[in-house]
Parts: sequence; structure tokens; C-alpha cells
Amino acid sequence: MTDQRTEGAPVTGEVVRAPALEMRGITKHFPGVRANDGIDLEVRPGEIHALLGENGAGKSTLMNILYGLLAPDSGEVLLDGQVVGISGPSDAIARGIGMVHQHFMLVPVFTVAENIVLGNETMANPIFLDAHKADDRIRELARQLGFEIDPSAIVGDLSVGIQQRIEILKALYRGAKVLILDEPTAVLTPQETVEIFEVLKRLAAEGTSIVFISHKLYEVLEIADRITVIRRGKVVGQADPTTATEEDLAEMMVGREVSLVVDKGVATPGDVVLRAENVSVADDRGSVVVDSIAFEVRAGEILGIAGVAGNGQAELVEALTGLRRVASGRITLDDEDITNHSPRSLTERNVAYIPGDRQRFGLVLPYPVEDNLVLTDYHKAPYSRNGVIDERAISRRAAQLIPEFDIRTPSGAVPTSTLSGGNQQKLIVAREFSRPLRLLIADQPTRGIDVGSIEFIHKQIVAKRDAGTAVLLVSAELDEVLELSDRIAVIYRGRIVATVDGATAEKERIGLIMATGEATGPRVEGAA
Amino acid sequence: MTTERGATGGGMSVDPTTLLGTGGGLGRQVLVTSIAVLGGLLVGALLIILSGALQPGGTLDFGLPLVAYRALLDGALLCEEGFQDVGILCEEGGVLDLRALGNTLNASTPLIMTGLAVAFGFRAGLFNIGAQGQFLLGAFASTLIGANLVGVPFPAAAAIAILAGALGGALWGFIPGALKAWRGAHEVVTTIMLNFVAALSLRYLANGPFRDPGATFSRTPDIQPGAVLPTPIDGSPMHWGIVVAILVAVAVWFLLFKTTLGFEIRTVGANPHAARYAGIRPRLITILTMTLAGSMAGIGGAAEGLGITKNYPAEYGTSYGFDGIAVALLGRAHPIGVVGAALLFGVMRAGAGSMQRQTDIPIDIITIVQGMILLFVAAEVVIRRLLPAARARRVSAAAAA
Amino acid sequence: MTAFAIGRFASISYRAWAVLGVVVLLALGAMLVDIPYLGGFVDWLINRVPPTFSLIVQYATPIAFAALCGVMCERSGVVNIGIEGLMLTAAFVAFLAGAYLGPVVGTPWAALLGVGFAVLASMLLSLLHAWLSITIKADQIISGAVIIILAAGGTAFFNQLLVSTSGLSGTLILPHLSIPREITTIPFLGPILLALFNQGPIAMSLIVCVVGLQILLFRSRWGLRTRAVGEHPKAADTVGIDVYFVRYRNVVLGGGFAGLGGAFLTTELSNSFQDGMTGGVGFIGLAAMIFGRWTPVGAFAAALLFGAVQSAQLTLRIPSSAPPGELGELVAALPPEFFGILPYLVTIVVLAGVVGRAIPPAADGIPYDKESRS
Repeated sequence: MTDQRTEGAPVTGEVVRAPALEMRGITKHFPGVRANDGIDLEVRPGEIHALLGENGAGKSTLMNILYGLLAPDSGEVLLDGQVVGISGPSDAIARGIGMVHQHFMLVPVFTVAENIVLGNETMANPIFLDAHKADDRIRELARQLGFEIDPSAIVGDLSVGIQQRIEILKALYRGAKVLILDEPTAVLTPQETVEIFEVLKRLAAEGTSIVFISHKLYEVLEIADRITVIRRGKVVGQADPTTATEEDLAEMMVGREVSLVVDKGVATPGDVVLRAENVSVADDRGSVVVDSIAFEVRAGEILGIAGVAGNGQAELVEALTGLRRVASGRITLDDEDITNHSPRSLTERNVAYIPGDRQRFGLVLPYPVEDNLVLTDYHKAPYSRNGVIDERAISRRAAQLIPEFDIRTPSGAVPTSTLSGGNQQKLIVAREFSRPLRLLIADQPTRGIDVGSIEFIHKQIVAKRDAGTAVLLVSAELDEVLELSDRIAVIYRGRIVATVDGATAEKERIGLIMATGEATGPRVEGAA
Repeated sequence: MTTERGATGGGMSVDPTTLLGTGGGLGRQVLVTSIAVLGGLLVGALLIILSGALQPGGTLDFGLPLVAYRALLDGALLCEEGFQDVGILCEEGGVLDLRALGNTLNASTPLIMTGLAVAFGFRAGLFNIGAQGQFLLGAFASTLIGANLVGVPFPAAAAIAILAGALGGALWGFIPGALKAWRGAHEVVTTIMLNFVAALSLRYLANGPFRDPGATFSRTPDIQPGAVLPTPIDGSPMHWGIVVAILVAVAVWFLLFKTTLGFEIRTVGANPHAARYAGIRPRLITILTMTLAGSMAGIGGAAEGLGITKNYPAEYGTSYGFDGIAVALLGRAHPIGVVGAALLFGVMRAGAGSMQRQTDIPIDIITIVQGMILLFVAAEVVIRRLLPAARARRVSAAAAA
Repeated sequence: MTAFAIGRFASISYRAWAVLGVVVLLALGAMLVDIPYLGGFVDWLINRVPPTFSLIVQYATPIAFAALCGVMCERSGVVNIGIEGLMLTAAFVAFLAGAYLGPVVGTPWAALLGVGFAVLASMLLSLLHAWLSITIKADQIISGAVIIILAAGGTAFFNQLLVSTSGLSGTLILPHLSIPREITTIPFLGPILLALFNQGPIAMSLIVCVVGLQILLFRSRWGLRTRAVGEHPKAADTVGIDVYFVRYRNVVLGGGFAGLGGAFLTTELSNSFQDGMTGGVGFIGLAAMIFGRWTPVGAFAAALLFGAVQSAQLTLRIPSSAPPGELGELVAALPPEFFGILPYLVTIVVLAGVVGRAIPPAADGIPYDKESRS
């Protein structure tokens, strides 16, 4: 690392320049949550500054504020030492701030050049684009960053790694001096990651400041000049990559606090209920995201799958519940092969599912509460006979379940859309839990709901476990996994990389494994 | 970042919650619908005044709308004094002109059926613009079969002919349904195309192979007496078709809201993903819904063919299919609403002739009024959609706090 | 430029090319070898068909304008099934304006002014569709249906009120450009030039519109932003493009094309107006747009094809222009409705994905909501 980037000390003869970007005391509230709480951030010119934190720590919110997509409640943003107000993305772009979103904003059917110039077109005359000039400039910019690009290639045909470089070129084409990258390596292969790091280093050498948002410890240590760690909306501290270790970072990121523990007894696991044997599943684009995964869940135990979102959990759950095809491998329930069975077939076999996206898979929002309570049973007696629905039977069921599962609603006849998130989730729990279950698959069961409902649902899950149900819990909330699970399996890039005992698991260690995929011992200090 | 084009065939498919609003209570819906109708009638009134002024020697007569609308009601329903009627059936001091009422009900019958055809599709998230073609298929099939049921008495002959009409319409609904389910073809475009295919093909058939050689204009042979839908009330042209229509409406209501199949159809329309989880197969529902919807429009064609025309004319110029869209939307895709809306439009259609006779206002004003009502409905629904959504957000925010 | 041209051709599917190839081979074969059915067929193709080109262009013109309107709207993401209504309105307004202004300014100025008013009327009606679809975010199909119903009722209403009773008659039709004989007798090229240029101003402006729109759509800034808004409006939004404005502008301008198409019917093709005279041409235009893969040139080619099929109803009845031999008898025996149905059937086949996939712009028909930011 060159002298210019050493903290504090100016190089003799050089004037200390103002930081390229500074954010002071940024605070932002959303209903019920403080996303950013007095955050300070300082980025020097030509510096790669990593912003590290868990999901939901507040990194994206901070960057959305910088990019003008959100307005802070308080605090200020300074560019080159001047306080600025950023009114929107166009304004941010005009001030030299470029952002590469996690979900690319590229038009798949356009060429590389068309995507890059969109909104900031290079014109030959007031009407027509100057394709040649644009192409030349794009090739030039790419060369400066150390790679070649064909401006006339169709973006939809290109690999994700190249698409990301196009997003970077897009920002540079507009003269970005500060570049924000939101989880850039989330979708890259290791090789592509190496290549993009080369590009970023070159960019920094040219004087561009880079803010690199990530939760991947290893990469952050490799690429960053300085690291700011955020947890629950606050800055926890800064780290120096030359001296910090992954453990240090994990500790800062995840913290040592002891979380609320539900009073659960020791599990007494029985026979294996669910077994996944070398199951592979593809995502919508056709890439394999669950990679020959293997695990088993026993009756009367809760297996928690911990992992950063995007490592294949969603697709795994969809495959287990019959909503997505299994590409290869076998899934068995009590030794019966249930691979690629339909959702209804699984429901018949007493498998229950609390979906991660409750409004998409779990509920029909316009329907009355009572109809959603029988969504999986409507075709059976007593709710319908000979194809005719017995509304009174449905109402009676609702009258029974609503108090039993503490669903706060004026009646069973109101539309489900009027219920709060927590009560909607309790509705799903009521529906799925009110019968004997062999297997329960709970995907993000308490995402976005109030504390009281969280507690209730956790109690219900443990009760099912104690009644002998095998429970598979998938959650991005590490606290939840730690609290509920008897065993914890960490998923990384579609595989289980570690399985630990729930009672003795340490949060930092799990967080480390989640972020790196490495289940071996602590890294040796100083190793790159 | 998902684009749901595969499941729903792109942005052209219908989300019933968009059209119908999320709940909002019966009273609210009726109020909103009434406002739309009043708005349309208001625009009609303005046009009436305008047309009065534009007549040779006309003036700005602000009372003209009242006269016009009264003439409309006279032609459609009531025994009004002071209007020249073409044959009336009013009792001493009676209110309802049974002859006019008969015309109204006859005009409403096909609208109920095509309205049901479109509404039924809406419930499953499908835009059935093909009611026109399905109607024509039904008219053709029923009259053709009806012409060949020699010696078969009523009601058997009529029943068979109606069944033929239902099957004809069902076929014309099955095709776009299958294309959507298996090939992902937008049902909006395929049904529009099929409307034209139907009109032209049937015109050819009625002009050519199936033409009645002794007829004065190009048409198929008249149906046998056993297939004709009789007019039970003396002096009133009302035929049994209206009864068939009401019965079908009741059946549709029962199917949609009281049976498991109806539950499945509505679930697919409201949330195809949750439907899949609930064990429903959206593709099967799509095909089934379009086929059934087609059969409804087909029955409408049969009612018209067996009750009014009694044959299939080669140049069959109707707009029942398209009007069915307006009826379905105004009726909020609910069978009761559809019947109500169809009756309203039926009144307007039946009375328009009388209005033109009395006041020289072109009957096409009815079409304009219908279009304006539809416009207000389209704009209204979205405003209403915003209200329950905002309220729900406030409720859940309060509950979460 | 070559890459661009090749790229556009390549967008037509391989299967379509294969079909075309087979047809050409058959034709060539028939020229060399005396194939029974096809005997004399190629001769017919070369000598008898070209005189009908003019008629084909006339049939194709309203279809093409309707298709261009569709392309403008759908490329920016707005579905417009109300084109039929736009054209009907334009046809009526052109007729009415021409009729009123005829005695005042004389023909052909009255007719030209009529065209101007027609275009204006169509653009105003499009504004209604734009408002309903973009601002109100109503279902775009319903909005289109409203347009059709209002247009049908409105034109019939005012037709009855102002025309039928007063005996108003249309102004004379716009004159066609006349082509010297020396040019028309050139083999192959002559009839084509005749067809393209022995037309009135509207039909002649068609080719300019098609070429112009094609170039602008793929080479200009306006075109780039339009297509971006139709494919990925959020991406366009994040680079500062006003999605709503782009859509509004394109829908209204597209209405201008529909206006030209409708005006053509009552100022160039004929000078009278009948209720519902558009007869579904707006929908055939949509079919042509889909068949032409949402490109102006493709839509134009499809419109010519559909126009040829439709004009075949007439021309094949005339012995001198019917194909010879058994094929000729077969074709002449086909009912006119067959040709009427063909464009619709072809479109259904295209949509069913039999001849390559018909992929509209990705955001077509989906109202854009600025609030839905992730």
C-alpha cells in the first residue's frame, strides 16, 4: 500500500486533501426501525473503503441516502469538503457519485454501448447518437481498467461478471469520482471476483474513491484500504486491513451480546424424517444454486440452516415444498421418496410450510381470514362435500383457530390484507400447525413482524418439536437460528459447510463460517 | 427482481383485485357504481342538449334531456302519457308497459350472458375479449341444430339447441384458453383475432354451404318450431331466453362462490403462487375457465338465435360481445352485478329507438353513454384501490408499533 | 451500419427464413421444370400480379399506419388496443372537416386540412388513453376498450346528427401522383414504383414514416430512451429519464399515425364515411405489429403481406389476374372470407410460438409506479 493511504500521516510535501466523501451524523428512521443512527463515514480520494455489516445493518440505507434515493432525517453529506444536498439519482450522478446496484439496472436486449450511454447519450447531432465516439470512449475506459469490451455485444448474453463491469463503466462514463458498489461479489464466481478486484484497484489508482459494501470478511480484508463496520444502524468501529483478522471483523460485525433465549428444553430426537441426498436445484436463470446438498432432520429436533441470503436457501426450500423442480438427487420423507412431489401431495403427508414470502406463497390477501385458514384444506370434508363448500364449517374453524393462535382480527370475515404482518404470519402458523405434522419447514418465519408475534411463533415451533415434529428452520436472522435450533447447519454456495450443536454454538464463529464458507480453525494473523 | 411474464402472460393479463378493488364493502361498491352511471347519464344529457341545438332549426333546450330520458323509459319500461308508442301493453292505470318491458328483457338477455362470460374470465385473472366470437359460434350452432330437429317437440328441441350453442361457444373459449396455458399466448390478442375469424367464417358458412336457398337474404334455414323459444306473455315479445339467462347467472354465482372449483378459480385469479401452494393447477384452471366462459357466451348466442332471429344471418352485426366487457366491468365481475348492469344497458338499448322517434336524437348516444360509464368505472376503480391500500397500511403500521 | 442491418434481419426467426427459402426454391424449380400444379404459376407471378401492387399498397396503408401507432405505444411499454377507435374517429373528422371546408377553401386544401384535423383528433383521443393508462394506471386493455366504444358511438352519433340528415357530402379525394409511362413499363421495377408513387400524399408519406421511424427508433436518442422505458423502466428511471413523460409523448405521437391511417380512408381511398368503416383494420394493424416483431419495417412488411392477402379477395375474382391451371381454379374457388381470415390466423400461429417466439418489449402493458423502489 502506498504512503498516501496510511492513516493520518501526510506524505512530506503533499497537501492534505479534503476527503472525497464525508457523511456526518446520518440518521434515518423507518416505521419501527432505526436504519441509520448517527453514522459517520469518511472516504479519501483514491481509497477503497469497505462498509461491512450484516444483513439489515443499515449499509444499503446509507448508500441510498448518498445516491439520493432517500433523504436522511438528520446529518449531512460533504463532497470534497463542501456540504451538498442530493435531490435524486440524477443529481447524484451530476455530482460525480456513481452507484452499482446489487440488482443490475441493465436492459438485457440492449448492447453494452446502449446501456452505458442511456440517459447521458453522446450525440453526433441533436437527434442521432454518435455510436463511434461512444464506442471508442467505452473501449478506452475499459482499457484503462485493464480489460477489453465489445460495445456492440448484447448485454443479456454476457456473464454476470462482465455485466457488473458494464455497470462500473456506466458510472465512469458519467465521470463518477465516487463509486459505490453494493455487495458486488454476491453474484460472482471466485475467478470473476479476482478480476473485478483488479479493476477496482486500477480505478482507485486513478483517483476514484470507492465505497465497497459487503459482508464477506475475506474479500474485504483483501481489497480495502480501510474498513468501517456497521451494526444495527450504528458505526461499531474502524479496522485496518493490514492488522485486522477475520475474527476481529466478525466480532465487530456480529457482537457478543447474548440474545433472548426461549425456554426450550433439551431435544430428544427420534428417527430421521427428512433426508436430502445430493440434491441439486437450479435457479430461474438455470444456474445451479443448490449443489449436491445433503442433510437430515430427525423427529423432535430443530435443524437450523444459517446462511447469508442468496446462498441457495430459497431455492432449497422451494424444492422441498414442491414448488421448484429438483434437478438431481433425492428427497425422502420417512424413507418415502418425495422428490418433485406436488405441494398438495406433501400436505397430504403432513408436511407444513411457513413461506419466506408470506404474501406471495402463503396467503391470498383479498380473501377473508377464514378462507386463508383453510387454503390447503378447502377441498376436503368438512369444508366441502361433493364439490360444494360448507361456509359454516369454515367459519367455525376460524372461530376456533383465531383465539387459539392469538390472531388479532375483528372477525374471520375481514380481508386478510387488513391484518398486520405479525398477524398474517400467525394466520399461516394457525393453518399449518393445527394438525399433527411430520415435518415443518419454516422459512424466515419471523421476518418483518413485531416482537410479540415473534415470541408467539417461536413458542409454537418449539411446541411442535416437542410433539415429535421434525423442524427445518431456514433464517437469515442468526439470532433466531441460534435461539431455536438444536443443530445448526451453515449453508454456503448451495452446500452445507459445517454442522454444529445448537447449545454450544458461538455466534461469532457461525457468523464467520456464514461469511467465508470456511469451517476450519482461525486464520493465521497477517496472512493475506 | 422477478418478472412474472411466464405465469401471467405479460402485463396484459388482468388482476381482478385491480378491477374489483380489494373488498370495500357492498355499499361502497354500489355507491361507486352508481356514481359512474350518473356520470355517464350526465354526459349523455349534455350531448342531448347539444344535439338539440344542432338540429336544423334547433335551440339550446335544457329540458330536452328530461324529455329524452323519459322517452327512453317509456320505450323500455313504463306507460308514459304523451308519447307515441308503437303498440303498447298497458293496463288501466298500470305503470309497466309489458310490451316495452319484454323488449328490454330480450335486449338484456344476450348482455347478461356475454357479461357473465367476460366476468367469469376476470375472476380467474383472464381477459376474455372473445365473448363476441363465442356468442356467434353459439348462435350459429344452436340455429343450425335447431333447424335440423325435425319433429322434436319443445322443450326438448330447444334444450338440445341451447346445448349445441353452449358447446359451440365452449370450443371458441377453449382455443384461446389452451393457447394461453400451453403456449403462453396472450389471451387478449388471441381472442380478438378469433372474433374476426368467427365472424368471417360463419358468414361464409351461412352464405355458402348452409345457406337457405329460399330465403330473401343470406341466412341459414329457420329453426324448427320445437326449438323456438316461446313468448309466454300475450302481446309481449319477451321470450324464455331471459329465464335461461337468469338461471345461468344463478348457476355461475353458485359455482364461483359455493363450490371448490369456484374457490380454485378465484384463488388463481387473486394469487397464482399461493394457488400453486394450495395444490391448484393454474394451467388447468385457465383452460377450464375459458371454456366455461365461452359456453356462457354461446348460450347467449343460442338465446338470441332461438328467441329472436330464429336463424343465423350471414351479416350478423351485433356488438353483444364487446358490450359484455362493459357489463362485466360495471357489474364488478359479480353475477348479480352483471345482471343489474345488463338490465341497465338493456333498458337503454330498448328505449333508444323510442327516444329517437320522439326527439330525433340519434340512438348512438346510448353507445356514448355506455362508453362514458365504462370510462368512469375504469378511473374510479383505481382511485378506490388506492384507498383500501392506504387504510391497510395505516392499520398494519399501527398494529406493528 | 452493416452490423445493424444484419442484426435486424436476424431478428426474424430461422424457421421463417426456412419457409421463405422453400418457397423461393419451389418457384425457381417451377421455372425450370414443368411442375403440374405450379405450371404457369411463376409466369402468373411475374406478369399478372404486379398490376395489383397499387391495390395492395392501398389496402396496406391503413394497416401499416395502425401498426406504426402500435409500435410507438408498445415500444414504450403501453398496450393500445384502441387503435381501431382512433382510426374511426380520424376518418370521421377528416370527412367532416373536409366537407365543411370544401366550399370555403376548395379541394384539395379542404381535404388536406381535414387530414390535419383528423390527426389532431386522434392525438387528443390518444391523450385520453395515455392519461388512463399512465397516470390513472387503469388496466390498459380496458382503456383501449373505452376508446373503441366512445369512438364507435361518437362517430355514429355525430354522423347521424350532422351528416345523414343534412346531406353533407365529402370533398374530393386527394389526387394521386402520376408516373410517366416510360417508368411504369420497366419490368419488375416499374410496377413497384407505380405502386409506391402513384398514390396520394398519405400513402406516399407512409414509406417515409416507416423508414424514418425505424432509423429514429434504433439510432436516435429518442429511440434509445423509448426502448429503455419499454424494456426496463426502472433502469431508465435511475439514470434520470422521466418514464411518464416518454410514455405520454409516444402514445400521443403514435395517435398521430393512427390519425393518418384513418384520414386515408376518407380522403384518399374514398370520400365518404360509413359507420364502422374501419372494419377491424386497427386490429389487423396490431397483428401486423406482432408479426413484424414490433419494428417499423417489420410491421410495414407484414402490413404489405396482409394487404396482399386482403386485396386477393378482389383480384383473384378477376380472370385475367387469377393464377392459371388447377392451382388457379383452386384459389379462385376459395371464398373471400378465407383471405379475410388469413391475417388473423397467421397472427394466432405467431403468438402460439410456432414460427419463432413473439416477444414484446419486457415492460409492455405494466403500468410504471415510481414509488416501487427497492
